[in-house]
Amino acid sequence: VSTLASSLPLADNLLAARELMAFTLGFHIILSCIGIALPAMMLIAEHRGLRHDDDAALGLARQWSKAAAVLFAVGAVTGTVLSFEMGLLWPHFMERYGDVFGTGFAIEGIFFFTEAIFIAIYIYGWKRLKGWAHFWSGIPIVIAGVGGAFSVVAVNSWMNQPQGFELDAAGQVTNVEPLRALFNPATVYEFPHMLIGAYMVVGFGLASIYAFGMLKGRRERRHRLGLIIPLTVAAILTPLQIFVGDVAARGVADHQPSKFAGFECIRDTGPDQTEWLGGICTESGVKYGIGIPGLDSWLVGYSTDTVVTGLDRVPDDQRPPSNTMLHLAFNAMVGVGFGLLALGAWFGASWYRRRDIPPTRWFLRAVSLSGIGAVLALESGWIVTEVGRQPWIVYEVMRTSEAVTSAGGLWFVFGGAVLLYATLGTISVIALRTIARRSGDEGSVPYGPPPGGGTAGSE
Amino acid sequence: MSSADAVAVILVAGATLYAVFAGADFGAGVWQLLARREGDADLRERIEARVAGSLGPVWEANHVWLIFVLVVLWTGFPDAFAPIMETLYVPLALAVTGIVLRGSGFAFGHILEGRLGGSSRNVFAVSSLITPFFLGAAVGSIASGDVEAGGSGDALGWIGPLPVLIGVLFVVSCSYIAAVFLLDDSRRAGDDQLALYFQRRAIGAGVVAGGVAAVGLVVLRIDARYVFDGLVDEGLPLLIVSVALGLLTLAGLLRGWKRGLRPLAIGAVVAVVAGWAVAQYPYLLPQTLTVEAGAGADGALTATIWVFVAALVVVGPSIALLYRLAQGQELE
Repeated sequence: VSTLASSLPLADNLLAARELMAFTLGFHIILSCIGIALPAMMLIAEHRGLRHDDDAALGLARQWSKAAAVLFAVGAVTGTVLSFEMGLLWPHFMERYGDVFGTGFAIEGIFFFTEAIFIAIYIYGWKRLKGWAHFWSGIPIVIAGVGGAFSVVAVNSWMNQPQGFELDAAGQVTNVEPLRALFNPATVYEFPHMLIGAYMVVGFGLASIYAFGMLKGRRERRHRLGLIIPLTVAAILTPLQIFVGDVAARGVADHQPSKFAGFECIRDTGPDQTEWLGGICTESGVKYGIGIPGLDSWLVGYSTDTVVTGLDRVPDDQRPPSNTMLHLAFNAMVGVGFGLLALGAWFGASWYRRRDIPPTRWFLRAVSLSGIGAVLALESGWIVTEVGRQPWIVYEVMRTSEAVTSAGGLWFVFGGAVLLYATLGTISVIALRTIARRSGDEGSVPYGPPPGGGTAGSE
Repeated sequence: MSSADAVAVILVAGATLYAVFAGADFGAGVWQLLARREGDADLRERIEARVAGSLGPVWEANHVWLIFVLVVLWTGFPDAFAPIMETLYVPLALAVTGIVLRGSGFAFGHILEGRLGGSSRNVFAVSSLITPFFLGAAVGSIASGDVEAGGSGDALGWIGPLPVLIGVLFVVSCSYIAAVFLLDDSRRAGDDQLALYFQRRAIGAGVVAGGVAAVGLVVLRIDARYVFDGLVDEGLPLLIVSVALGLLTLAGLLRGWKRGLRPLAIGAVVAVVAGWAVAQYPYLLPQTLTVEAGAGADGALTATIWVFVAALVVVGPSIALLYRLAQGQELE
């Protein structure tokens, strides 16, 4: 095996390692969003339940906590895969810069502990904590979600805007300042963008499940609340996200011109840049897209005279790959964002006028698609930031090709991972459907006490 | 003590917490696996319920110590982390596969009924063997000097007598600790019959673990002379403490002590991990990379120490609260 493995060319290894990382991270990021934002939804429902003595709301909180338990467990192990992959796939990156950014992950460890312990306390607490004490036992989970997101995203921001270290004449890393590394210029926009994104994915995602149920005729109070609570959160956050995203895009134009030029398909540096919607990026400009003259320059600097750096200023071997994919991913993210903004506005207007959701099935249809849309935007955004940073693993400091392992057989591992994760995903959905069919006390829950106070695990 | 030494101590402390608490969780899975051979369906169900109940609230928190150890290793000692990962990628990838299967099998096993639920619980049980074995093999491989500073080593170097033996030792020790914990939990829950069941198995596992460890010492002398010499020199007091505590636990098990078994068994594991660390010191990777030479930047070391203190402050009280709840007390 080892001779066969080592005979494979390293360039192939780079692509395999990137695909493996992208696939496992692309899977885990959905679970991360759930870990970050589902506890808040659960507590909002519980708050309502306790405040207004509302059993439907309490039932939702309980139901969501069971879903959280299963998905947290799957998220804990798929997250562990990523921790290992940092070393298994990118050992030279870790060797060189592990101590520069590692503190971020160490801090994340504390939040990870908090989350793991308090989700168990919260789930046990349904039987053993009374009223508001139970509500408060969930608050540390929400805080841990925010803190965990910050620490992990700060490390990613550092890869985009590395600082907090120096390279000496021999190329050795010196003068490491872990806190400066974490609080880099990109953290300021990457962290809120990811945090709000997580709340939007969970808000629209949950709402879409209940909208689907309502379309199938389930109109009782529990379903309506299950749609309204998360949709309200997501609708309020969407305009804020568009604002943060706008700041982020300008930040990228400023800090990472090659990434910006890559996803905006800008060839020639200059003022009066066209903003392209859709289309294919070619050497001679964008084909088949809708161009709005001057808008790109205006978005970057509030004037069509703003000079925007194009790929002509980026050396050939430092340009991001797959321009068209980057461009379309960016378009998809922004497009979905505006679609969700419109949906939120529709909901808001109806609520303002009649204290109810719009009385048409078209609204429910739109909401039931919004969850898929939000996930699409999430994955697209992640593609933009990760593929857009290539060929660098640490922007303009270390190439991804310098970081990759010499270990062989990565394509086989990739195949195995796809099979394993497809199984995990499928069984997760079956488990969630099982939870949805049960009510109240029924059945056991990971992290929780045995059902009914008796013996557990009976078939 | 230099800050590199302090971070090395933190690394060993984190590994010990993982070995004891997550080790018990893995071992519980092994007992669930072996329980499938019990003819008595009621007993089988009670064992499964006991395992699920004992792991339920704490399994993820116990698992997080592994993440903590990984992060401390790459932040504190990046020059050791990289060659370990690049050399031992086969056992480590298999260990992490075991982690994925076990965690998800455990979670799905709680929710699902019927065949899929049964298979999930079986996956949980079988994968409880995988992770400790391959983590043990990786540790054994490091001890025998397979991982060299700056190198990417031989991908199959870990297939040797010492790594395989340490892998087996990890599995057996996990089962032993688990049996002691489950015995205690069963007694607390008032199921004396189950307590007796685990008492017998704890004795059996204890004897097997002792035997494997004794053979391990001989193989250690052949394959990892540096660590062996350290173990019978600077590490000797700890080795003696470990053996003594192990024998005392065994005596307590045979005489049916009602209290004190859990701390004794934990003590035996803590002493042997500490003994190993002392024996390997000053090397992270015998004999190519020392703690001092492998250490990361000072700022990172200092930050790691603070984060560890913060982790203890956060985790200690929260886990105590969780144990109180899980043991059925109402909280105000």
